[in-house]
Amino acid sequence: MYKVVTKRFLNDAKTICLFEIEAPLAARHAQAGQFVIFRLDEQGERVPVSVADWDREKGTVSVMVQAAGRTTKMLHTVEQGDYISDFVGPLGRATEMEGLKKVCVVGGGVGCAIAYPIAKEMHKRGIEVTFIGGFRSADIVILKDELKEASDKLIMCTDDGTYGEKGFTTVFLKQEIEANIAEGKPQFDRVIAIGPDIMMKFLADVTRPYGISTIISLDPIMVDGTGMCGGCRVIVGGETKFACVDGPDFDAHQVDFDSLLKRAAFYKDEQDRAAQHICKMTGGKRNG
Amino acid sequence: MANMRLTKNEMPEQDPVLRAGNFDEVALGYTPEMAIDEAKRCLNCKNPACRTGCPVAVRIPEFIAKVAEGEFEAAYDIITSTNSLPAVCGRVCPQEKQCESKCVRGLKGESVGIGRLERFVADWHMAEQAKLEKVEVEVPASNGHRIAVVGSGPAGLTCAGDLRKMGYDVTIFEALHKSGGVLVYGIPQFRLPKEIVAKEIDNLKAMGVKIVNNAIIGKSETVDELFEDGFEAVFIGSGAGLPQFLHIPGENLLGVYTANELLTRVNLMKAYRDDYDTPIKHFHRVAVVGAGNVAMDAARVAKRLGAEHVYICYRRGRDELPARLEEVATSCPPVSKRSSMPRPRASSSTCSITRPASSRARTASSPALSCCARSWASPTRRAAALPSPCRAASGSWTWTPSSSPSAPAPTP
Repeated sequence: MYKVVTKRFLNDAKTICLFEIEAPLAARHAQAGQFVIFRLDEQGERVPVSVADWDREKGTVSVMVQAAGRTTKMLHTVEQGDYISDFVGPLGRATEMEGLKKVCVVGGGVGCAIAYPIAKEMHKRGIEVTFIGGFRSADIVILKDELKEASDKLIMCTDDGTYGEKGFTTVFLKQEIEANIAEGKPQFDRVIAIGPDIMMKFLADVTRPYGISTIISLDPIMVDGTGMCGGCRVIVGGETKFACVDGPDFDAHQVDFDSLLKRAAFYKDEQDRAAQHICKMTGGKRNG
Repeated sequence: MANMRLTKNEMPEQDPVLRAGNFDEVALGYTPEMAIDEAKRCLNCKNPACRTGCPVAVRIPEFIAKVAEGEFEAAYDIITSTNSLPAVCGRVCPQEKQCESKCVRGLKGESVGIGRLERFVADWHMAEQAKLEKVEVEVPASNGHRIAVVGSGPAGLTCAGDLRKMGYDVTIFEALHKSGGVLVYGIPQFRLPKEIVAKEIDNLKAMGVKIVNNAIIGKSETVDELFEDGFEAVFIGSGAGLPQFLHIPGENLLGVYTANELLTRVNLMKAYRDDYDTPIKHFHRVAVVGAGNVAMDAARVAKRLGAEHVYICYRRGRDELPARLEEVATSCPPVSKRSSMPRPRASSSTCSITRPASSRARTASSPALSCCARSWASPTRRAAALPSPCRAASGSWTWTPSSSPSAPAPTP
């Protein structure tokens, strides 16, 4: 059993919540870009979620989870001091940072939670970080202060303009790239984009004509997370890769987004049905 | 005088019609009377060839002699002196290729049902243990040397059990949340009940074997760190079963599962049960490519998930298929239609997995499978020879969710 040491909602709408979990084995080697898999209880499914932070001394790993489906909604009902059944990691490869000098990290919605530790680590290593964070509206914005600290330049934007700039991340990424050219500044060595699959697809289209190396972090449906089941396969450069062991970071210009989007929706009917069956009497707690 | 009947006592089985709709164990096990009767078929050979066919050299004639006398607990002690997992091995070892293949009785008639007897003895022991209020387990004294075992599958469990008996202080590190490896994620409930695996693991724990779940050696902790932490030796039993792809067009379409994913969802995550959260698709027509034991498991799982038709596609003939005979026998009659020969082929555009354009296709995520019949390059050595494709025009068939396949007869 794994103890929830801290639980904290990260935005006014309470859509995204931070859970700091006591998991010394996962904390020992966790790095930015990797993920963990948690399971609520005996009946629960295995759900992958990126590591947002870690404390090797305390032996804790933090994750930031958006309530989307049945399991994540139920996780949001778990309180500080409670225990969850399983928490395993770190899984996948850490984000590559070697040799980078100037990067643009783009986060979309809860993707900012994954982008944050990457930006923080890069910033710490002296890499010049421009962070573009996009949200639907002001009430779901997360990590305002943390992102400021983790970047040299921060652009926050919302679809409706209720917080920061008004517009999509794609617009601001293009603007930054063009500004680098116009002002004669060095161009980004790399763009790292994390967010909804469709956002990453369009961001890849933005950087492609400029030839800027673009990495995206994928979270396809997984079961074991160790390369055993083959459920998380993605097509990259025409080859089948496993996101759990070959990723989760991949070259955005090589990823087959169409198959990615289709695979992500494979269990949509089952997920929708399951999400509707969350017990209202217990407030989402199983056997509560 | 030995029982000279030429055939094994038949294994009682769950009714085929009933079992196709549930995940309960198919083989029900011998009664004590059946076990004693079967045990009496053993000739107790002076040079027991059966033992040489057993990877852990179980003292087979000795334990069978005890079964014949009705001394089941004594038989259990004999088996477990060299085998830590008798209830598992009695069920899923390929005995017909191992111990039973060497049995003298097999020269004329059927070999002694060694696997069935091993299973009987293990089950009898477990049932007796369950009657006791408190189980006394002999805990071997520690010799002070620590050994790490990576993976809690059959290899890891066996290694841990044997080392513990020798006095070593053993810790198993398992990546998944449940221990047992392929015994829990791969082999289905109806062939190896998970309660049996859990009991065998509990036996090891009672002997003093420690198990750490959710520990991925190489990720959570490196092998070097295990040594730094005081382990003097590391046994790596990380498993061999990674998915293999056919490299044919369309294999990443929705609805194409690897056996590992299908079986893991169903066996480990219990997706077949309503009270478990992990989803699984319930398809009506299922094609399984390959005919080994895993293919049989996948086909039988598909049937139990509600598939009306399950087809096994295999590149060789029926006589060559690699699954255990017992598996084929229990899969086949009630479970699946089988078409030997037609096989998805990589090098031809006519052989692929495609999304049918037909509006009759049941759902958007139902792929179709095209196959190509094969002929034998060397009819005299069929098992060794690779089949070669016969003319596609005469020998290919397409399988779609809305049409039944009509497999052509193999070209001789």
